[in-house]
Amino acid sequence: MAFLILRRIVQMALILLGVAAITFLLLYALPADPARMIAGRSATAQTVANIRRELGLDQPFLVQFWTYLANLLQGNLGRSYAQKTEVATLIVARLPATLTLMLAGIVVEVVLGMILGTIAAVRRGGAVDRLVMMASFVGVSAPQFVVALLLLYVFAATLGWFPMSGYGSFAHIVLPATTLGVLGAGWYARMVRSAMIDVLNQDYVRTARAKGLSSRRIIFRHALPNAVLPVIAMIGIDIGQFMGGVVVVEAVYGWPGIGQLAWQAIQQVDIPIIMGVTLTSALAIVLGNLIADVIAPVIDPRIRTR
Amino acid sequence: MHVLKSLVRQPTALFGLVVVLAVIVLAVAAPWIAPFDPDNQMFEGLSLEGAPLPPGGQFLLGTDTLGRDLFSRLLYGARTSLVIGLVANGIAVGIGLLVGTVAGYVRGFFGNLLMRFTDLMMAFPALLLAIVLAALLRPSLWIVAMVIALVNWVQVARIVYTETRGLVERDFIMAERSLGAGHGRVLFLHILPHLMPTAIVWGTLGIATTVLLEATLSFLGIGVQPPQPSWGNIIFESQSYFQAAPWLVFFPGAIILLTALSFNLVGDALRDILDPTQRGRG
Repeated sequence: MAFLILRRIVQMALILLGVAAITFLLLYALPADPARMIAGRSATAQTVANIRRELGLDQPFLVQFWTYLANLLQGNLGRSYAQKTEVATLIVARLPATLTLMLAGIVVEVVLGMILGTIAAVRRGGAVDRLVMMASFVGVSAPQFVVALLLLYVFAATLGWFPMSGYGSFAHIVLPATTLGVLGAGWYARMVRSAMIDVLNQDYVRTARAKGLSSRRIIFRHALPNAVLPVIAMIGIDIGQFMGGVVVVEAVYGWPGIGQLAWQAIQQVDIPIIMGVTLTSALAIVLGNLIADVIAPVIDPRIRTR
Repeated sequence: MHVLKSLVRQPTALFGLVVVLAVIVLAVAAPWIAPFDPDNQMFEGLSLEGAPLPPGGQFLLGTDTLGRDLFSRLLYGARTSLVIGLVANGIAVGIGLLVGTVAGYVRGFFGNLLMRFTDLMMAFPALLLAIVLAALLRPSLWIVAMVIALVNWVQVARIVYTETRGLVERDFIMAERSLGAGHGRVLFLHILPHLMPTAIVWGTLGIATTVLLEATLSFLGIGVQPPQPSWGNIIFESQSYFQAAPWLVFFPGAIILLTALSFNLVGDALRDILDPTQRGRG
């Protein structure tokens, strides 16, 4: 087990290295010029050249990449071009807001999915069941930004229940978290439903019923735990999806997280920040998968023997 | 024929098929159906205070903030979305098929290298990558299509790889090899035809993803550039105005949803029909 985890950690490090290399290469190859961006429109060629030399952008690609890697291995993500601050500091400052939002999104998704999925499995063919099957499709087909604007329009602008944008209180997080979570809830419900239906048809459930256990006990003690494993695996995958989704959701709701930081940086061609956010997202994705893989055998002893 | 019959028999798939066909017909026939020029900023398209007109009356779905007819813009926007959907997804499925079959067939060091690269791409936050690329390149319809293809081929490659590895072990491939068939013959005449169902299913499901991604990029202002209409940039152009003129956000939004939903429904039904072993799986 310890060996397996060690192996996974080495793999993770390699993946992050690869992500760093590809992103760096892409950003290097793109026609956007950060020096010109910093210098402003009216700068002379001399100023632009000076800035370029100052930032080390006049060096050959391999030298630049090597410098970046060497710094990265020491935990140094470099300095933002536009804000003149350490990228790590900027990201750490923004991380709590994004993590809170993602966590709230996952809670919405999982709670909604578990409740709907359980009802759908127990009442097969009923109204909730049909709703779940349809909702799972609508959820993957709905554009997130339209859902965000719709929620804003109905619950903030028209009904006035929640603030339009901002950060700080519980009321602020409800709409963004719902936007992130509600679309995925349909798939969770579908997964929970199919996992539970498999179990509900098995002999041991019939035995449990025959010896007189209440259906509530059968559902919560025997059937639902079987749905936990796929849900955890799904959360691991979802973290990756959310890292992209937060850029849109944070833009609409003015949520001061990593997505907003990335969005500003992209517009200013602030390459160190773009690199930093991409690496943070990739780290979140591989960590999400690792945690899902580590937790799975703890919950389900059948996996341990493999 | 058999596929079409099975499709029509399922109500949800039939619904999807009808909507998909309707969107295609409307997009192709846009110049003949559209009541106005989509780029024409009409004086009578704005109220006396200069606000966009609500749906109804002369303008079926209302007008936008510049006095252009929303219905006409949506019709032309369908062309943009469908072209990007077909091109971007076609390229993505093509790359996925190529990488997946080669990696699954060659295996060894080169095949391994290809799959490790695919795994690496899976660790990329796809939407973030697309946003970075689209923002830093000068956005145009074709750039957007390329960017979307670049982030979407990975899943197809993974599935094709698994299927190819299974196929290579099958007896008929062994038999073909022992008869002296070359690699090209085995790959193109025997393995590729078996992958067609997968390609068709992902060719359909992927269009939904592509339409959504294009809309998202355009919504952020880094997709298809105005004045060329796309469903996403219609919303982008009017989002600051959406409290006063919600129809400018919600008509395009509903159409994006309906289109993506229909492609998903058709794709899912195709998966059931073409690959019975996948039936009932998430």
